[in-house]
Amino acid sequence: MSAVTVEAVRAIVAAVPDPELPVLTIDDLGVLREVRVDDDGHVEVDITPTYSGCPAMDAIRADVERRLGDVGMADVVVRLVLAPAWSTDEISESGRRKLLHFGIAPPTGRAAVGGPVALTLAVRCPQCGSSDTRELSRFGSTACKALWACNACQEPFDAVKVL
Amino acid sequence: MIGSKPAELSPSGQAITWSDSDKSVAVGAYALRLGDDALVLAHRMAEWIASAPELEEDVALANIGLDLLGQARMLLTYAGEVDGTGRSEDDLAYFRDEREFVNCQLVELPNGDFAVTMARMLVFAAYQYELYDRLCSSSDETLAAVAAKAVKEVAYHRDHATRWVLRLGDGTAESQQRMQAALDVVWPYVSELFEGNELVHGLVGGGIAVDPAELRDPTTDYLTTVIEQATLTVPDTSVWHTGGRRGIHTEALGYLLAEMQHLARTHPGAPW
Repeated sequence: MSAVTVEAVRAIVAAVPDPELPVLTIDDLGVLREVRVDDDGHVEVDITPTYSGCPAMDAIRADVERRLGDVGMADVVVRLVLAPAWSTDEISESGRRKLLHFGIAPPTGRAAVGGPVALTLAVRCPQCGSSDTRELSRFGSTACKALWACNACQEPFDAVKVL
Repeated sequence: MIGSKPAELSPSGQAITWSDSDKSVAVGAYALRLGDDALVLAHRMAEWIASAPELEEDVALANIGLDLLGQARMLLTYAGEVDGTGRSEDDLAYFRDEREFVNCQLVELPNGDFAVTMARMLVFAAYQYELYDRLCSSSDETLAAVAAKAVKEVAYHRDHATRWVLRLGDGTAESQQRMQAALDVVWPYVSELFEGNELVHGLVGGGIAVDPAELRDPTTDYLTTVIEQATLTVPDTSVWHTGGRRGIHTEALGYLLAEMQHLARTHPGAPW
């Protein structure tokens, strides 16, 4: 087997979808941190949870191991790293576009540095684009989302909370 | 006001000379103290699922419980690693008895009505916010990392409870009376949050732990502002309950643990 490169491993791992938002990859979300490969072909992959209680981490770990196993890489360790704490600022531009296309409002505004709850700017309806929207509940179907509704088209929708 | 129970313990920051292994045991005990608070309250939040006043509230309380459970898992896992006993998070959560739990009594109180749950969440999240905000600068990398994640989640919990306390306090005569009664229920348990002990103070001196006494003023300020804005009164309490950090608990914890630990003890070693 030819030498395994970090780039090749990263390309495989980066394509693993998030189990709760399958439209996004773990790379889009910023959940994938670092990939290391040593001279013996031993692979280490660092992932970070979005929220402390994120129940998707076990599934992501298993998916990473399975995808690398499929191409013959068995010597893989997936590490959970906490620092620096994940923030919605880490969701990539392409990730934000995919969210919108999927009907989920991407996080608006940036996480406040050192402040309390980050400021949320007007959330745009992912269905009709109106900014005349209201928050129904700050807690939604997953830890990272809030429930909103559009006053223009009357559709409810999920919005990723600024964290 | 929140009573200032004199610390029967050494003054904060007192230098204690520890060997490395003693220090590891102390860090483990401190992580357990933080983790037990989060674990027990996570269970109380889970008890609301399918019983909250409205569907959105079911979802909110479940999410808050999940955040707390996540914090508890990280803290308990770390406690078992660092103290050298090799206990897993499950060993610590499911196979310790009541007297071995070191959570504060506030988190084990029964949920009561919705107002009691919100009064408790307001107090606990306000305390936890100030705690984690400072623990982010701990010299212990793991504790600092857990705190940096958790403080952002707790900001949402505190905000959620604040909105409800304002809405119920400054609401109808009925909701105001019940919100006030709820504050009266939880208030005698507030002072325990700010108590340290020799172990914590030793870690404060080493830049690892946060001195609980330091949290009293900022937490009280936040609570007083919200309570007054909600047209409620800060309860006048003369009796302060304490003992949780030494394993002395209210009657409620035993029942909670019986439910939480039943499955794991009936089928030891059963994994998901």
